[in-house]
Amino acid sequence: MTQLPLLTVSDLRTYFYTGAGVARAVDGVSFDIAAGETLGIVGESGCGKSVTALSILRLIQRPGRIEPGSRILFEGQDLLTLDDAGIRRVRGNRIAMIFQEPMTALNPVFTVGDQIAEVARVHASASRRDAWSRAVEMLTLVGIPAPAERASQYPHQLSGGMRQRVLIAMALVMNPALIIADEPTTALDVTIQAQILELLADLQQRLGTSIAMITHDLGVIAEVASRVVVMYGGEVVEEARVETLFAEPHHPYTEGLLHAMPRVGRRQERLAVIPGNVPPPTAWPTGCRFRDRCAYAWERCEREHPPLYHIGAGHVSRCHLADEPERRTPKRTAATATATAVSVGGGPA
Amino acid sequence: MTDVAAVRDPSRTSASAPPLLSVSQLTKHFPIKRGLFGRDGGSVRAVDGVSLEVGRGETLGIVGESGCGKTTLGRCILRLIEPTSGQIHFDGIDVRALDASSLRRLRRRVQIIFQDPFSSLNPRMTVGAIVREGLTIHRLAAGADADRRVRQLLDEVGLRPEYASRYPHEFSGGQRQRIGIARALAVEPELIVCDEPVSALDVSVQAQVINLLQDLQRDRNLTYLFIAHDLSVVEHIATRVAVMYLGKIVELASSADLYREPIMPYTQALLSAVPVPDPTASRERIVLTGDVPSPANPPSGCVFHPRCPHPGKDTACTAIVPPLEEKAPAHWAACIKQPPTTVPWHAQQQAGATHAPERHLPLAAITHGLTS
Repeated sequence: MTQLPLLTVSDLRTYFYTGAGVARAVDGVSFDIAAGETLGIVGESGCGKSVTALSILRLIQRPGRIEPGSRILFEGQDLLTLDDAGIRRVRGNRIAMIFQEPMTALNPVFTVGDQIAEVARVHASASRRDAWSRAVEMLTLVGIPAPAERASQYPHQLSGGMRQRVLIAMALVMNPALIIADEPTTALDVTIQAQILELLADLQQRLGTSIAMITHDLGVIAEVASRVVVMYGGEVVEEARVETLFAEPHHPYTEGLLHAMPRVGRRQERLAVIPGNVPPPTAWPTGCRFRDRCAYAWERCEREHPPLYHIGAGHVSRCHLADEPERRTPKRTAATATATAVSVGGGPA
Repeated sequence: MTDVAAVRDPSRTSASAPPLLSVSQLTKHFPIKRGLFGRDGGSVRAVDGVSLEVGRGETLGIVGESGCGKTTLGRCILRLIEPTSGQIHFDGIDVRALDASSLRRLRRRVQIIFQDPFSSLNPRMTVGAIVREGLTIHRLAAGADADRRVRQLLDEVGLRPEYASRYPHEFSGGQRQRIGIARALAVEPELIVCDEPVSALDVSVQAQVINLLQDLQRDRNLTYLFIAHDLSVVEHIATRVAVMYLGKIVELASSADLYREPIMPYTQALLSAVPVPDPTASRERIVLTGDVPSPANPPSGCVFHPRCPHPGKDTACTAIVPPLEEKAPAHWAACIKQPPTTVPWHAQQQAGATHAPERHLPLAAITHGLTS
């Protein structure tokens, strides 16, 4: 930890000014990523994880806005103060992004080789010929068989797994320092997901790239990440090393997520549930944003917005239980109860 | 199919009662039309000779990857898609022989819950009207009686009765899936085909819906055909599980047996590929090469042979179609290299076999060192 982190996000706030009110999608998020490390960012729909990723690359469009006071330090410069040309030099060059949906992220009317070569032509001003050979080289790197022929094909001629490899190839062209992967395997079948995760791990080992892996799947997190940030309601609610997070989750939301997952080979009678639904970003609850769904919540949780408490080395949690640990008993009785009517929490979303 | 005797009757858990649903040799081939005049371009064999039985009160899980035919199979059973050939019997009724009005009567007893809670509910109908529609069509209730039933159903699936006057867009994914469940329950079906009912939902909400489905099954003695790609969800909810690959069932066993000792190498690889939410688990894993082949042009012999990691794989696998046969009591699998097999060794040799069948069970890769 002597070295400066590659990326430091501090107090990031991204708000959307909609007709229905201000959606505070990302609301004071801070974390950092060290060189060569894989940080997992986990959370459910609407927790702000994708907006965080888009904010880092300044891909937020109106009515969204990154609020003043937010800072994103990358390789010593604040990305939020760069002009348009400046951020374009970072995007796709020093920081690359892999999107979830490999069909829509590729242009259907250009060959995959052209699309990969374009990156080299834009960022490295490579000649058409050099860019093409770089594209073929990248396709080889990501394990696409017959790369020279594949480069001349169009996205629809490739399977989902192949397309995701093409996106990874495109991200790697400029040998970026950081890859932001937003649910890169969610649209893929499980055997193809295993191939892609293996590829990412292998590439990282060879190239030393940092990866921010954004996913809702704790299984994927356990496979690839060394450190994890758990997001809920536009905030970081827990951060820890991956082993700590799975063995000793502190925040009741993390605990609930881990219990709610059915696991292969560990059949249980009944799944624990987190009751209710994620509240809309236009109306986060006061105090703790998870309190409506929390088995332990008491009056302090409504009154006082919890800070990130220090739990252990590199382990923080946004829960007052850190201050009053005796309240953790009785253990999760409310959440594991057999009630079926769980639609609490204020009605339709 | 080389061995009809072993294929005919994949066993079920309760041998005494007749099955509620019985499917035999079901196929669905979608023709491919080429060019302006629709020349015959062959066909996609989406479902290719599937036989299974589901007992009353049971949950049969169907797992497989995209394009394996699991959704087509579910829709063929309700005749939302007309099968190409094969038999479907529901409670003794020959489903394929029914005319339109008898089919409508059958659909009161067999319902379906769809994957996407956003596109499967009519956005212009209120929740009440959506749930009520089935009651009206099947003349089960009308007027104030129907209103009362709708409120009851919403309450039963964990929604507030006053939501009946709202529209689907006002609800979250989990709540919409509850509306879909209420709609299916309205006509008091006996069998519900659940087609990926939780795969569009977040983990915390997914657990709520799974628990709801289990409670309803217990209270109403429902039978489920539960189609999903998520192996952990299927293990949790299913009594027995069928694994599909390229339109065929390649393994069928009780949930406990299938997950403890998968026999078909494809099932082994599938289980091995599931990410384990435990960072201390061993990273050993079977990673299959390549993609699932096109069902328009499936490989010869065993459809899995181009990707199969079984060390005994040889030329015979490319020539002999492996029958779905009973490898252990009530445990069916289609692989001529996993003994015992009804395909005799001399027949395998004639087809070019060089490796005698030998049991292959890479447990470490399947359980990730989590053996309990």
